Amino acid sequence: MDPKEVKERLKIPRQPMPEQDPKERVRNFNEVPFGYPPELAMKEAMRCIQCKKPLCVEGCPVEIDIPAFLDLIVQGKFVEAARKIKEKNALPAVCGRVCPQEDQCEKVCVVGKKGEPVAIGNLERFAADYERETGAVEIPEIPPPTGKSVAVVGSGPAGLTVAGDLVKLGHKVTIFEALHAPGGVLMYGIPEFRLPKSIVEAEVDYLKRMGVEIICNAPIGKIETVDELLQNGYDAVFLGTGAGLPYFMGIPGENLIGVYSANEYLTRVNLMKAYRFPEYDTPVIRGKKVAVIGGGNTAMDAARTALRLGPEKVYIIYRRSREEMPARLGEIHHGEEEGIVFKFLTNPVRFIGDEEGRLEAIECVRMELGEPDESGRRRPVPIPGSEFKIPVDTAIIAIGNGPNPLIPQTTEGLKVNKWGNIIVDPETGKTSKRGVFSGGDIVRGGSTVILAMGDGRKAARAIHEYLQTGNW
Amino acid sequence: MFPIVEKKVLSPTVFQLKVVAPTIARKRKPGQFIILRIHEEGERIPLTIVDSDPEKGTITLIVQEVGKTTALLGTMKEGDAILDVVGPLGKPTHIKNFGTAVVVGGGIGIAPVYPISKGLKEAGNRVVAILGARNKDLLILEREMRAVSDEVYITTDDGSYGRKGFVTEMLLELIKKRVRMDMVLGIGPLPMMKALCEVTRPYGIYTVVSLNPIMVDGTGMCGACRITYDGKVRFVCVDGPEFDGHKVDFDELIKRNRTYLKEEKIAMEEFTYHEGPKCYETTGE
Ligand SMILES: Cc1cc2nc3c(=O)[nH]c(=O)nc-3n(C[C@H](O)[C@H](O)[C@H](O)COP(=O)(O)OP(=O)(O)OC[C@H]3O[C@@H](n4cnc5c(N)ncnc54)[C@H](O)[C@@H]3O)c2cc1C
Ligand SMILES: Cc1cc2nc3c(=O)[nH]c(=O)nc-3n(C[C@H](O)[C@H](O)[C@H](O)COP(=O)(O)OP(=O)(O)OC[C@H]3O[C@@H](n4cnc5c(N)ncnc54)[C@H](O)[C@@H]3O)c2cc1C
Ligand code: SF4
Ligand code: SF4
Ligand code: FES
Repeated sequence: MDPKEVKERLKIPRQPMPEQDPKERVRNFNEVPFGYPPELAMKEAMRCIQCKKPLCVEGCPVEIDIPAFLDLIVQGKFVEAARKIKEKNALPAVCGRVCPQEDQCEKVCVVGKKGEPVAIGNLERFAADYERETGAVEIPEIPPPTGKSVAVVGSGPAGLTVAGDLVKLGHKVTIFEALHAPGGVLMYGIPEFRLPKSIVEAEVDYLKRMGVEIICNAPIGKIETVDELLQNGYDAVFLGTGAGLPYFMGIPGENLIGVYSANEYLTRVNLMKAYRFPEYDTPVIRGKKVAVIGGGNTAMDAARTALRLGPEKVYIIYRRSREEMPARLGEIHHGEEEGIVFKFLTNPVRFIGDEEGRLEAIECVRMELGEPDESGRRRPVPIPGSEFKIPVDTAIIAIGNGPNPLIPQTTEGLKVNKWGNIIVDPETGKTSKRGVFSGGDIVRGGSTVILAMGDGRKAARAIHEYLQTGNW
Repeated sequence: MFPIVEKKVLSPTVFQLKVVAPTIARKRKPGQFIILRIHEEGERIPLTIVDSDPEKGTITLIVQEVGKTTALLGTMKEGDAILDVVGPLGKPTHIKNFGTAVVVGGGIGIAPVYPISKGLKEAGNRVVAILGARNKDLLILEREMRAVSDEVYITTDDGSYGRKGFVTEMLLELIKKRVRMDMVLGIGPLPMMKALCEVTRPYGIYTVVSLNPIMVDGTGMCGACRITYDGKVRFVCVDGPEFDGHKVDFDELIKRNRTYLKEEKIAMEEFTYHEGPKCYETTGE
């Protein structure tokens, strides 16, 4: 690109995505941003200066050819752009929405050195939506069957990626999912207003059309063990069971009515659609004063979900300060716009209930930041005597998840670490058990959609090799 | 879809279903349960697997109508199908030859007591059963329980059948008569199980109860089913449903099960409004 053109392009400001007005959107579960119309997408894609050595690609865990797809958008070749992305990423409509781009591809984009980086995530979303909405999604040609079959346990992003990659190589793939709907956290955790469930359904449907068999209501370890899968004709097994064991705080009053884990709260509202009760049968407490405890994406999702159920106040209680919050900046910003009240440097010490056992208040203590801990973040320490109460009728605990023990408990010879995460060879996803691979949150602990997908991709490659050579 | 192949009315509010679920029928063990969702808008509710027929691929459920979902299930007929059935969930009962096992079932609790009693009998135990109901019409599975027990005692609250009184009184009487009991297994309404544990506690008799908290996923993912057990948090769906009753915080669980009283009432009102008043038809028998 000649320097003049570069200069012109650098003058274009980052194009914001049109989005629902905060006052309006806190009353509905519709997606917050509307997406780019084509003109805006082309204009935003123009901001990319087509680096010879694109740093953004290195910032993307699955190495999407970002300048190439952006250039296709500039040319108005939107479907081609989507296909370019799909060479590396099977779920672009999902990743464009939920990837922490500001820490990955966009963090290292050179345009961002002086101004704001190219909105890579937004454009990825645009291309994928365009392809899907115009009905341009094509099923790739599936090679003749190899005669090998693979069982994938869990239908989160890791499992879906493995399934897609292997079916395209001609293997027979069956996904087993414990819940009644596939998608993992994409379905039960991340709320509708951030990731519409119809998008997840479309991605799952795409896999089905390629020939992937999906069996829901099938908790492996209970209905069949991993060993039984291997005995009953599956040549390899991939475990993508996620980090679905909610942590509690271990403080008094935690089992009062009105105290939820984020998993339960979000599952009730997202998967079971409690926000449409009584049209849908599953209830959820519509609290007047709601406190969410934690500072990550899950906490933000829980708080913004609670807001949409019509309360007077929603607090986020976080023991460190804003700077340390692990949630995505954009989410914090959205939450603020919508009216969440942040209580930083505050930590709950007990939940207080009435005689019926319903939550009335949380007693908290103020914190100050002390010396840095192992993670390099300054350790919060309680200030003695600073206890105070916040009246609330609902509390949602979002302090993280551990690995679900169902599979490790029922699978002989499967090694886990001291936290219960499955141990694998990071390059191949091979576990300690022959024929069994794993990846995603069950290996990493809570991480991200794109890293889970990256694990799935590596494991699929290794599974393919194992199926062909039989070498372990 | 999981088709219903047989339906029987056992009492005015209790009915029995046979549902086609071949893998579950093959795999399940006494003490385990399933979670079902009737249709797209439905709630996920847990029900004990009372029996199964691995050959025919069916499982037997016994359901008491207490709210919207169970009432809706009650309107379903042979040939109808349930959208989702997941299982077998929970840990199977720890079955071994204890010696003499006293099994106590209150009301609908007799349904889950039955498969466990059958297992205990098969393992060589002497099985003494105490079955209780509010009145004669509400007593279920008497014949089946007699078939797997060495002795059966029956109590009804109003004295319309068997002895007048509660199962706990009967149990205390047997204890006082020094009937040998190497373990007691009791399932029924939470207040009954709580009272039962108070009866056996002073005598140090090992007492197992099967708990019925509100559940969502049934796989340990949400924590809705958590209880305090021996001062620690346990998830009933994966750590249970059976626990040593002397260590369970019943008062907390009783309160937690009232979480959605208001919503349950709304759901039921909507339901009766749309379905009309329910009339109980008796099929066969
Ligand atoms: C509320 C929330 C918000 C998040 N927001 C973001 C975000 O904005 N961006 C981002 O990148 N990441 C986000 N994450 C993290 C991200 O969702 C996870 O890292 C990712 O989903 C992990 O994928 P996975 O495939 O390993 O497992 P999961 O998505 O957890 O899926 C595992 C699946 O396996 C099933 N399963 C478990 N055990 C069994 C069994 N025994 N048999 C059969 N099936 C089983 C489960 O039911 C589940 O469906 C968020 C997480 C949460 C909880
Ligand atoms: C492991 C287990 C095994 C069970 N086995 C049987 C059985 O074999 N037969 C039977 O009739 N009942 C059984 N139950 C109880 C049954 O699940 C509830 O009666 C049913 O969920 C009520 O739903 P509803 O919509 O009809 O009533 P609702 O009006 O929703 O609730 C009535 C009462 O049932 C309880 N309840 C509500 N929702 C749930 C839920 N999602 N999960 C659990 N309990 C809930 C609450 O205490 C509530 O007050 C079992 C429960 C558990 C946990
Ligand atoms: S997948 Fe994520 S990191 Fe990669 S380009 Fe897309 S948004 Fe960026
Ligand atoms: S780093 Fe930024 S400007 Fe360079 S190619 Fe990537 S997106 Fe374009
Ligand atoms: S029902 Fe969700 S953890 Fe037990």
